[in-house]
Amino acid sequence: MKWEVIVPLLIFLGIIFYIGFWANGKLKSSDSFLQEYFLGGRQLGGFVLAMTMMATYGSASSFIGGPGVAYTRGLGWVLLSMAQLATGYFVLMVLGKKFAIMARKYNAITIIDFLKGRYKSNTVVIVSAISIIIFLFASMTAQWVGGARLIESLTGLPYKTALFIFAVSVLIYVIIGGFRAVALTDTVQGVVMLAGTVILLIATIIAGGGLSNIMSDLMAENPNLITPFGAERDLTPLYVSSFWIVVGVGVVGLPQISMRAMSYKNSKGMHTAIITGTIVVGAVMLGMHLIGVLARPLIPGIEIGDMVMPTLTMEVLPPFIAGIVLAAPMAAIMSTVDSLLILVSATIVKDIYINYVKKDATEKQIKRISFWVTSVIGIAVVLFALSPPDLIIWLNLFAFGGLESVFIWPVIMGLYWPGGNKYGAVSSMIVGMGSFIIIDRFYPNPFGMHTVVLPIVLSFFTYVLMSKLMNAKQLLSINNK
Amino acid sequence: MKDRRFKVAHREAIIGVVLVIINFIWWFGFAYGLGSGNPKEYTYILGLPAWFFLSCVVGFLVMVVLVTLTVKFLFKEVSFDVDDEEEEQS
Repeated sequence: MKWEVIVPLLIFLGIIFYIGFWANGKLKSSDSFLQEYFLGGRQLGGFVLAMTMMATYGSASSFIGGPGVAYTRGLGWVLLSMAQLATGYFVLMVLGKKFAIMARKYNAITIIDFLKGRYKSNTVVIVSAISIIIFLFASMTAQWVGGARLIESLTGLPYKTALFIFAVSVLIYVIIGGFRAVALTDTVQGVVMLAGTVILLIATIIAGGGLSNIMSDLMAENPNLITPFGAERDLTPLYVSSFWIVVGVGVVGLPQISMRAMSYKNSKGMHTAIITGTIVVGAVMLGMHLIGVLARPLIPGIEIGDMVMPTLTMEVLPPFIAGIVLAAPMAAIMSTVDSLLILVSATIVKDIYINYVKKDATEKQIKRISFWVTSVIGIAVVLFALSPPDLIIWLNLFAFGGLESVFIWPVIMGLYWPGGNKYGAVSSMIVGMGSFIIIDRFYPNPFGMHTVVLPIVLSFFTYVLMSKLMNAKQLLSINNK
Repeated sequence: MKDRRFKVAHREAIIGVVLVIINFIWWFGFAYGLGSGNPKEYTYILGLPAWFFLSCVVGFLVMVVLVTLTVKFLFKEVSFDVDDEEEEQS
């Protein structure tokens, strides 16, 4: 057990718990439990908003998976990761003000509320809820595994123990503090992620003897590592560009991201968040993935990509600082996991339970149910994570692709095209989800582009065609009366 | 009624799309424009291959500047309060 590394991590955890309890105090004194627990009372300011967006999005993939792949494939993967820069500004600009206005008009707390208000259809609500629960489960499992593996590699504890420790830590502050705890801890975690990236980048460059030195080492090993095409020359421009959709603009369709566009106080906050978000997302993505490549000459021969980042950190930094920096991926994972957990919980409690099971639930009942649902989901994910899959990063991308294929057009068209109706929405969601799952299982990456591109195209046309068709049908039947 | 606010929101959404397109063209152009040659013949800026430096590092900085300028000068502050809606109706 390397205590010098673990102690800073424990201090970090302590701060996080404290925030959880503080947020719980806010909960007790608020008027609307639901708004407060699931949306922070719509009070997020600019800096917190930017950090929670970034922290929610940046997860195990950004801190462990991504650098691991960059280690193997070279600068071409860093190039690919820069597609994520758009996430910093695109989501808030496109969803931005219109979404905030409409969400307040529908009194929406969740994405499903928004969709319900817009389309007035129970089918939309149910299909959305099912999609969220399935795909977010996949995503959460991936993150949970990542967190456990991190603890495992740091402390030497067996995987299951590490998993348990990780789960308990996250569950405590999420269950108790709700969304506000999530957003605030995201802020702390975001700062840690940024600081960790900068420190590690500088330390790695120094340890490697400077950038020129590292580049010539890489060139000597395999010149392709420093080209945009990847070590095996398998990163084609088309394939890499198609990632702009799945991790660049498509992110607008992810419920955990779009719900944050409903949660801020005012325009000023949103404006700040766009600028801050772009800077922080860009810095972390560029920094972490570049670190993965630079690590290669320093610690050659690592087989499992996920081990690159923890190994490198302990190699190039003194133990105490290594502990602080390793809090970064821990922070990234926790901040993603807590957002997902809150989201799935909100879906079950608000969109299913209150909508269909017990419309007149009292505030006290809602509280109790929210706590229980969040706990049960957390535990269920732990059970899933007990036998970890090998491919975390791909599981995560599967979840992203699925959610984006389902939600992107109902949300975007719902906001900007008045002609869109519930038939268009439901059919595009089903086509999106169906085609994504089929293509992912049987014909992945068709035409050399990422799997998600075709379903998004298909669901777009479905939305437009079905909406127009049903509009025309209704016009005809009105005319015939 | 809410038309004024929606016009603002629509405009900003389009600006977002335009920025992404600019971002993409810069990123793609420098990466594949400069990076497609023989790696042994690469030029380097500050130790990094030119294609990478210009596409990823400078590209990042350029976007930060563009986003900041856009938000500061092209984006408008708008109230979200439901009360303002009712005021505009009367």
